[in-house]
Amino acid sequence: MNRRVTVIVDGRPLQVDVGTTVAAALWNAGVTAFRHSVTGEERAPLCGMGICFECRVTIDGVEHCRSCQTLCADGMQVKTS
Amino acid sequence: MLGDPGMSRRSADVVVVGGGIVGAACAYECAAGGLSVMVIEESVVGGGATAAGMGHIVVMDDSEAQFQLTSLSEKMWNERVGAMPAGVEHLPCGTLWVAADEEEMAEVRRKQAFYEARGVPVEVLDRRQLEEAEPHLRKDMAGGLLVPGDSVVYPPVAVSWMLRECGATVVSGLGVITLRDGGVTLSDGEVIQAGVVVNAAGAKAVRLTPGIPVAPRKGHLVITDRYPGFVRHQLIELGYLKSAHSSSGDSVAFNAQPRKTGQVLIGSSRQYGVEHSGVDRPILSRMLRRAAEYMPEITGLTAIRTWTGFRAATPDKLPLIGPVPGTQREWLATGHEGLGITTSLGTGRLLADQILKRTPPIPVEPYLPGRCMHE
Amino acid sequence: MRRWDVVVVGAGPAGIAAACGAAESGARVLVLDDNPAAGGQIWRNDAAQPWLERFAESGAELRTGCVATDTLPEARSYVLATGARELFVPFPGWTLPGAFGLGGMQALVKSGLEVAGKRVVVAGSGPLLLAVASLLRKRGAAVAAVVEQAGRTAMAEFGVRLLMEPEKLGQGAGLMMSLWGVPFYTGSWVESAMGRGRVERVRMRCGGRVVEQDCDAVAVGYGLLPNTELAALLGCHLAEGTVVVDEWQETSVDGVYAAGEVTGIGGVEKSLVEGEIAGLAAAGLQGQAQRLFAKRAKTHSFADGLARAFAPRAELRKLAQTDTLVCRCEDVTRGALEGMKSWREAKLQTRCGMGPCQGRVCGGATRFLFGWGADSMRPPVFPVKVESLIETRQS
Ligand SMILES: Cc1cc2nc3c(=O)[nH]c(=O)nc-3n(C[C@H](O)[C@H](O)[C@H](O)COP(=O)(O)OP(=O)(O)OC[C@H]3O[C@@H](n4cnc5c(N)ncnc54)[C@H](O)[C@@H]3O)c2cc1C
Ligand SMILES: Cc1cc2nc3c(=O)[nH]c(=O)nc-3n(C[C@H](O)[C@H](O)[C@H](O)COP(=O)(O)OP(=O)(O)OC[C@H]3O[C@@H](n4cnc5c(N)ncnc54)[C@H](O)[C@@H]3O)c2cc1C
Ligand code: FES
Repeated sequence: MNRRVTVIVDGRPLQVDVGTTVAAALWNAGVTAFRHSVTGEERAPLCGMGICFECRVTIDGVEHCRSCQTLCADGMQVKTS
Repeated sequence: MLGDPGMSRRSADVVVVGGGIVGAACAYECAAGGLSVMVIEESVVGGGATAAGMGHIVVMDDSEAQFQLTSLSEKMWNERVGAMPAGVEHLPCGTLWVAADEEEMAEVRRKQAFYEARGVPVEVLDRRQLEEAEPHLRKDMAGGLLVPGDSVVYPPVAVSWMLRECGATVVSGLGVITLRDGGVTLSDGEVIQAGVVVNAAGAKAVRLTPGIPVAPRKGHLVITDRYPGFVRHQLIELGYLKSAHSSSGDSVAFNAQPRKTGQVLIGSSRQYGVEHSGVDRPILSRMLRRAAEYMPEITGLTAIRTWTGFRAATPDKLPLIGPVPGTQREWLATGHEGLGITTSLGTGRLLADQILKRTPPIPVEPYLPGRCMHE
Repeated sequence: MRRWDVVVVGAGPAGIAAACGAAESGARVLVLDDNPAAGGQIWRNDAAQPWLERFAESGAELRTGCVATDTLPEARSYVLATGARELFVPFPGWTLPGAFGLGGMQALVKSGLEVAGKRVVVAGSGPLLLAVASLLRKRGAAVAAVVEQAGRTAMAEFGVRLLMEPEKLGQGAGLMMSLWGVPFYTGSWVESAMGRGRVERVRMRCGGRVVEQDCDAVAVGYGLLPNTELAALLGCHLAEGTVVVDEWQETSVDGVYAAGEVTGIGGVEKSLVEGEIAGLAAAGLQGQAQRLFAKRAKTHSFADGLARAFAPRAELRKLAQTDTLVCRCEDVTRGALEGMKSWREAKLQTRCGMGPCQGRVCGGATRFLFGWGADSMRPPVFPVKVESLIETRQS
């Protein structure tokens, strides 16, 4: 069996396999609004490779982190907007 | 490009060379005075120093003449900005001059007296009030001076608005290669006749009017991603008085500006004698270290871009507005150093008043090119 | 003394091959990549890949999660293997959650995104289409349709070329087999995506017909664009959006080499052989490098065929409507961009390209839509913390 880690998404604990990016974990958990655009639209990942910046969330208090470039780690706090 | 190349010779009452904010403001005022105006821009309008500048509209106190021009201009900005499109990003955030220690607090009080004597509302902040006003500043600052009437804009959109509003003919993508008393020649060979030619080519003005005392002074800026509320006022350190930001060597000073977008614009640096427009890492690094001394948490923000620009500096820090000595129809509107966004509107007004022989709202003599140029 | 002989940027196939070429000959090699692991776009989470094993034993040092910028660590030479990104062509609904890039969907699935039981429409152009559809199916997705904009004739010509390279034909045939039963439309494209709060349906133009398809996600990508930002910042000469190199893969800047997609889109074989040549040349082993020239030439002719067969068609320029967003960082619509004469003017007047992606998405889109060229490059190559701009050299 794969090893699992727990990340906390908007206060809700979420178990995911090691090696999962935060973007994948959020989408799997049903999150579709990763961030709000400058005119208020809900946005989710586009490029999956770190260039489009659509998947930005707050990770462990740091704003504007690209969730597709970040692996889930135990106890990680993720905030969507 | 506007106009029909097959047409006979083109002409205008006023031909403005340079579609930066100064050229646009001159065009706007001349057109408002009933003159036909053509603006020639070799690149894109609003793309020179105007696109590089911070867009801080500020009343300054270096000299009486500087005060008069900046305060006239700020009034004009306040009257006009309401009509401009949202893209001008007008933010009435005020300027907060930050004093790090007691010595700089003395400067706060000097400034306070200067502004109050001239009817500019200001407010002295003590340590605690400063901390409340700007929570991300280092806690041991001595205080500051708030000038609430100052503001911030995004200049390129103001340029395109002024040019559109005033109905000037804009020729872009073609440069002026020679400029004479009464006409210009474009890079494609076309000669355009003008009642008056205004050289508003910014730091490049000296190429067209040799001998004017204007030197390029390079500056660096950094913009961050959006962090609404991180900085609330246009912040400027008063320490530059000690760090000799005004002398001729390279220098940096803490300058942080809130943008309407929530971004933070970080400055500033000044370098003489540098021609290349690339980012100089060592001076950028010094500039950001200075910013971090004032706002330690600024190092944790994400920077999305850096850039440079050239200010057109004059020896007495005042712009050149008026005819070139010995000519009637060749005029200058350049030399605005680090204040040209602010002073563009006043410049346009003083220039048009002189051309149209109207009475200007403030004396023009301190800005006449004749003060530092001779026939 | 310098710590490194060769610094390689990018740990995709090209960077890995370069690092192996240089390090196996004894050079001290450092590899930088911004991803959490080596492998680039194609070998994401692919532990069994022999090149990755060879790389691990090559003696090259790997630093992941590290954005390389113009303050590169000191070295005798550099190899830029920064790869490519996708060309996104804006269409109504492309900003809805659930509208992914094509390679984007692939990357996300490889990094844990679950698609089992989901209906996905796969659209765009090029060989990636089948690769992604096949991956999705393997992971349990119901691939609702594969939609290729290139026409049948262009594809057939490309197929003929493949006949001359049996290995690739085999790959293609294998992929087709794995997609048995999936509707495959050529000369077709996704016109719009619809849904409340996320993609629920797409409208496709298939030949002359409009076909609507319910789905949970749509993956769209129209080919690749080289990541030339770092090269531009270092002063390397670019032409037609690619880094210009000589026969040794050296750029116009002495000691700076480039290899892989960054010199032109051509697939993994091209990246590998260019990478090896660059790595060997950077380490001073021209003789060994020269032996690979013929192999490289073959990959280049494959690349040319690829570009011809899958060039995005003109109709795609009409997909974006007046109110369709083109710049997703700053929410700039196509309507706001009409009338602008250049990328620079658009940036100054509309904020298009001024957001954190720095035009990586809308720059390619506007080049395709309006023919605009790129602006000058300024550091940082990627958004970075202010503190890292304070450093004047990466250690
Ligand atoms: C880093 C920095 C920060 C600044 N911050 C501020 C601030 O906060 N507040 C403030 O008030 N000011 C600020 N300034 C100053 C301000 O940006 C300038 O004073 C102002 O933009 C000057 O405007 P301009 O129209 O004279 O010059 P430019 O904007 O440079 O316009 C000149 C135009 O002339 C064109 N041109 C040149 N030669 C020719 C030719 N031969 N033919 C045709 N066209 C030609 C150029 O392409 C250019 O578009 C700052 C400047 C810098 C560099
Ligand atoms: C999204 C996508 C999906 C693809 N899927 C397939 C597929 O399924 N099958 C197939 O045959 N081909 C696929 N390709 C093509 C394949 O990626 C290439 O043929 C091959 O991987 C190119 O290798 P490369 O080394 O040139 O570039 P890449 O594999 O793209 O590697 C470049 C690496 O450099 C890194 N990098 C870039 N800039 C910097 C920087 N400034 N600092 C640090 N690191 C940096 C990138 O993050 C990346 O890891 C895909 C390409 C893309 C873009
Ligand atoms: S999905 Fe594009 S940057 Fe993460």
